[in-house]
Amino acid sequence: MKIVALNGLLGYGYSEEALEIAFSEKVDYLGVDAGSTDPGPYYLGSGKSFTDRKAVKRDLSLALPKALEHKAPFIIGTSGGAGSSEHVAWLKDILLEIAKEQNLSFRLGIVLSDVSRDYVIDKLKNGKIINMSDEMPLCEQAVENSTKIVSQVGIAPIIKLLQKKADVIICGRACDTAIYAAPCIYKGCKEGLAFHMAKIMECGAMCSEPVAAADVMQAYMYEDYFELCPANPIRKCTVDRVAAHTLYEQSNPYLIYEPDGVCDLTNSVFTQVDERTVRVSGSEFKVAEEKTLKLEGVKLAGFRTICPATIYDPETIKNIDLIIKTVMDFVKANTKDTLSKDSYTVNFKLSGGEESSLGIVIDVVGITQEIADNICSLVRSRMLHCDYKGRKSTAGNLAFPFSPSDIHVGEVYEFSIFHLAKVDSLLETSRILVEEVNK
Amino acid sequence: MKRLIEYTKILRSKNAGPLFITFDLIFNSKVDMKYVENKLTKAEISKAYDVNEEKISIISYEVVNSIKITFPRKHISGNVEDNDIYGCQQHMALANILI
Repeated sequence: MKIVALNGLLGYGYSEEALEIAFSEKVDYLGVDAGSTDPGPYYLGSGKSFTDRKAVKRDLSLALPKALEHKAPFIIGTSGGAGSSEHVAWLKDILLEIAKEQNLSFRLGIVLSDVSRDYVIDKLKNGKIINMSDEMPLCEQAVENSTKIVSQVGIAPIIKLLQKKADVIICGRACDTAIYAAPCIYKGCKEGLAFHMAKIMECGAMCSEPVAAADVMQAYMYEDYFELCPANPIRKCTVDRVAAHTLYEQSNPYLIYEPDGVCDLTNSVFTQVDERTVRVSGSEFKVAEEKTLKLEGVKLAGFRTICPATIYDPETIKNIDLIIKTVMDFVKANTKDTLSKDSYTVNFKLSGGEESSLGIVIDVVGITQEIADNICSLVRSRMLHCDYKGRKSTAGNLAFPFSPSDIHVGEVYEFSIFHLAKVDSLLETSRILVEEVNK
Repeated sequence: MKRLIEYTKILRSKNAGPLFITFDLIFNSKVDMKYVENKLTKAEISKAYDVNEEKISIISYEVVNSIKITFPRKHISGNVEDNDIYGCQQHMALANILI
């Protein structure tokens, strides 16, 4: 059985020639991951994608007709970057646009994985929430403050849609591994091999050299092993690269935690088959007694205005702590009758130092955009002209690279929930839909 | 005494989810890996990153002569105080530890 990973992230691009090579022989499944929490909480909060629409459309419009021609189900994980129903709708819109332009017809399977605040509060009350880190416990208030919550689903809903003969499957928030493990397990492959393969494939050609998240990767599944070979002839898989890949973004290189259990790589064996191909065997799977799903939620933390600037004068840089204190005392005194001091926060994001130059981002987050603008403007103007002992550069302390100097960033979100929920069924947060497109 | 980075061929940091930061140290040889493994202490990491020793996990992964270090982020990724959303530029304090 041959599985192809389009790349490490939908919208990051890939070589068209590599796609041609991958599809020059029979492909059974095509997959691509379309999201991550790496870009931070903003995207889940705002419903926006961190990938560009045009780039996502390009990646899909070359691959979709190939997958349909090969009758290879095309599985897309974590639609729109963060996987809420808004993100799924965004991706679906792009797919329908391509279907119309290229006159393609297919059965579309959709997994929605949003959860309500009530669902999480119920779990909390019944002692079914597990903290990922002691630093982030969960309380009812934090759930109430959350504006959006998604669950990271595993292979179960994808297998449901494969059973329903979906040609294209778009998921809400899903485990990266589920995209590639689901079809293998559906077809009867060993779970340990399926999850290990999936963990490597979800990053595209990151396990090859030259390394690239933005290229096509191929996996061949056999009964007792799997083989990896990049589609692009300029790349190759080596034992070191493939073995090292399981270190990436994981807290433990031997264990990959999944909703269904744990993939254990302690006994994995990596063998170089030919110059570009690596064989992996021995990866095991232990089914968890207690099934869990990861929940991700965000809350609105305020509205941001920033002002980037640079200081080149070493005398000014030496006095930066004093300048910041003077500025903040001034701002507090100036707004004491109009603003409560917990209606905004000011952070000075500093980089560099006396030996070169000091980069500064004045970062203001207010409970309204108006407050953030007001405070940022006061900080910037006071900092520009702040005096200190022995100052020679009395015309101004800051070099502004832009006009306007202050930039509206808009809503600021923070992660409010990042916890495991004990579940009775791994499908309990999934809403599964099937639609016929152009049929 | 050499800086830790001089023993490694890869030394990187990255989020392991938004709550944790993880460091991969990949060495040129098993000898270097074992040497660093024996010398590097949780106390030094704790000092370099202002993190509690009990919260630091160090796991050797001999398959590729590597050591993985993981601990909770000081600020959750994307929180107002955070300065590195992906966590991929947090390795220098580790790189500069003298071994």
